[in-house]
Amino acid sequence: MELFIQQIINGISIGSIYALIALGYTMVYGIIKLINFAHGDILMIGAYVGLYCVLLFKLPLIPSIIIAMILCALLGVVTEKVAYRPLRNAPRIAVLITAIGVSFLLEYIMVYFFKANSRTYPTDFFSFGSANIAGITIPIDKMVVAGITIALMILVQIIIKKTKLGKSIRAVSSDRDAAQLMGISVDRAISFTFIIGSALAGVAGVMYGAMFTINPLMGIQPGIKAFVAAVFGGIGSIPGAILGGLLLGIIETLVSAYFSSSIKDAVAFAILIIILVVRPSGLLGKNVKEKV
Amino acid sequence: MFFAIKNLNVFYGVIHALKDITINVEEGEIVTLIGSNGAGKTSTLRAISSLVKIKSGEIIFKDKNITGSRAADIVKMGISHVPEGRRIFPDMTVAENLSMGAYLRKDKAGIKQDLEMIFDRFPILKQREKQLGGTLSGGEQQMLTMGRALMSKPKLMLLDEPSMGLSPIYVQQIFSIIKDINKTGTTILLVEQNANMALHLAQRAYILETGNIVKSGKAQELLNSDDVRNAYLGGK
Ligand SMILES: Nc1ncnc2c1ncn2[C@@H]1O[C@H](COP(=O)(O)OP(=O)(O)O)[C@@H](O)[C@H]1O
Ligand SMILES: [Mg+2]
Repeated sequence: MELFIQQIINGISIGSIYALIALGYTMVYGIIKLINFAHGDILMIGAYVGLYCVLLFKLPLIPSIIIAMILCALLGVVTEKVAYRPLRNAPRIAVLITAIGVSFLLEYIMVYFFKANSRTYPTDFFSFGSANIAGITIPIDKMVVAGITIALMILVQIIIKKTKLGKSIRAVSSDRDAAQLMGISVDRAISFTFIIGSALAGVAGVMYGAMFTINPLMGIQPGIKAFVAAVFGGIGSIPGAILGGLLLGIIETLVSAYFSSSIKDAVAFAILIIILVVRPSGLLGKNVKEKV
Repeated sequence: MFFAIKNLNVFYGVIHALKDITINVEEGEIVTLIGSNGAGKTSTLRAISSLVKIKSGEIIFKDKNITGSRAADIVKMGISHVPEGRRIFPDMTVAENLSMGAYLRKDKAGIKQDLEMIFDRFPILKQREKQLGGTLSGGEQQMLTMGRALMSKPKLMLLDEPSMGLSPIYVQQIFSIIKDINKTGTTILLVEQNANMALHLAQRAYILETGNIVKSGKAQELLNSDDVRNAYLGGK
């Protein structure tokens, strides 16, 4: 029982990181129908920003996260302006290929300047010991990860639901022309979407980097998993991305705890494929046909 | 001059959708633009709202040349567009949809007051306030999209086939609401395929055929013209 609860907490903690990344995928897809392949690389940049906040300035976790958020948001919005906006009316495949190009560009710029070898954060950056709750030993760092991501997800929900900015993003995602007729600037709504998504990837990068190791290609795996989580939850749906991320994290953690860690990805993805066969629009996706 | 389109040309690739059309609307009028499917009515309204690019021509609003203004600035200047096919935000509630219409406004008290005014004009929207827009019937959605457009306090309202796909009872209701909106000081440019209803409501009319204005004049005169009766009113 203790092992099971610990594994669930591990699953929630890694799953909440997937969810943070998935939010960026799903929001960008929602507004410009682009699978932003460079999204995982924004996470990688966030991890490096966090690393250098610690190495150069000895900053603790929260300030490092905030700086990574700001720089990633900036990088995200610049990428959109420079690489995607000129292709706003181009065929989708052209934008997709550009996104893959941006992904390689970020990865190999980092390889060039920071070398390809894996590095780690200083051990004291992210170690908080463990707590004993009702007789169960729980590592506090996992709780910190889950706490930060849950707080951010609530914040994103409030922004999207309640603020004018969030409503403009929803309006443009739902009907670009109608949104313009309300006086909404499509460019601004798209920029804000990239800002929010990339900032979240920055946070995820620092935490993921601190939990594992970092290198210029580290964004690929969590990026793909988060993408799958977003599709699993229903691409374009914010609650879907959160649910998809958490479920993926919990499933892969349980599989590696009770079966084998080498098969965890295979099992997790098999479950996802089965669910997508049954529900092609994902768990919380709308069952609407693509607009032609 | 309140509102005018002068020698407007719009292309979609090689398709010449609007051919040198000229339309003017005086303050306080209801003017209708009628024509069959594909004539270019929607393109005209979209050009005014800056949703499609203009090849050449001018758009004048309140003595100002507004050609090439951004869509948001056109709304801000007081032109509100009720698009074809309603285009409400289906995943937002009725109240949220209406608040989107006031997106550019900052006067909270005024917005609240206008919301009450819209609920008075469309009581069904008050009843459905918390419901998602997508769950409304076609007629209700038409009222919602008109209410949303009114929330920007327009001086000129562009309506694109508001009667499309509605039952006769709703059509009557929508037309009488348009009349009311006009009476309270909003100038109307109404696009319709339902020429009979539109010509009875409007003071003046323009007839569009494959991108050309082929006829214009007093609505009453067009109603009595044999050509128009044969082509657009099903003979008689
Ligand atoms: N986005 C578009 N791309 C290409 N052609 C278009 C587009 N929109 C409209 N058209 C064409 O322009 C012409 C006028 O269309 P439209 O303005 O929608 O007419 P109406 O509203 O009178 O039915 C039609 O021939 C239509 O096929
Ligand atoms: Mg039309």
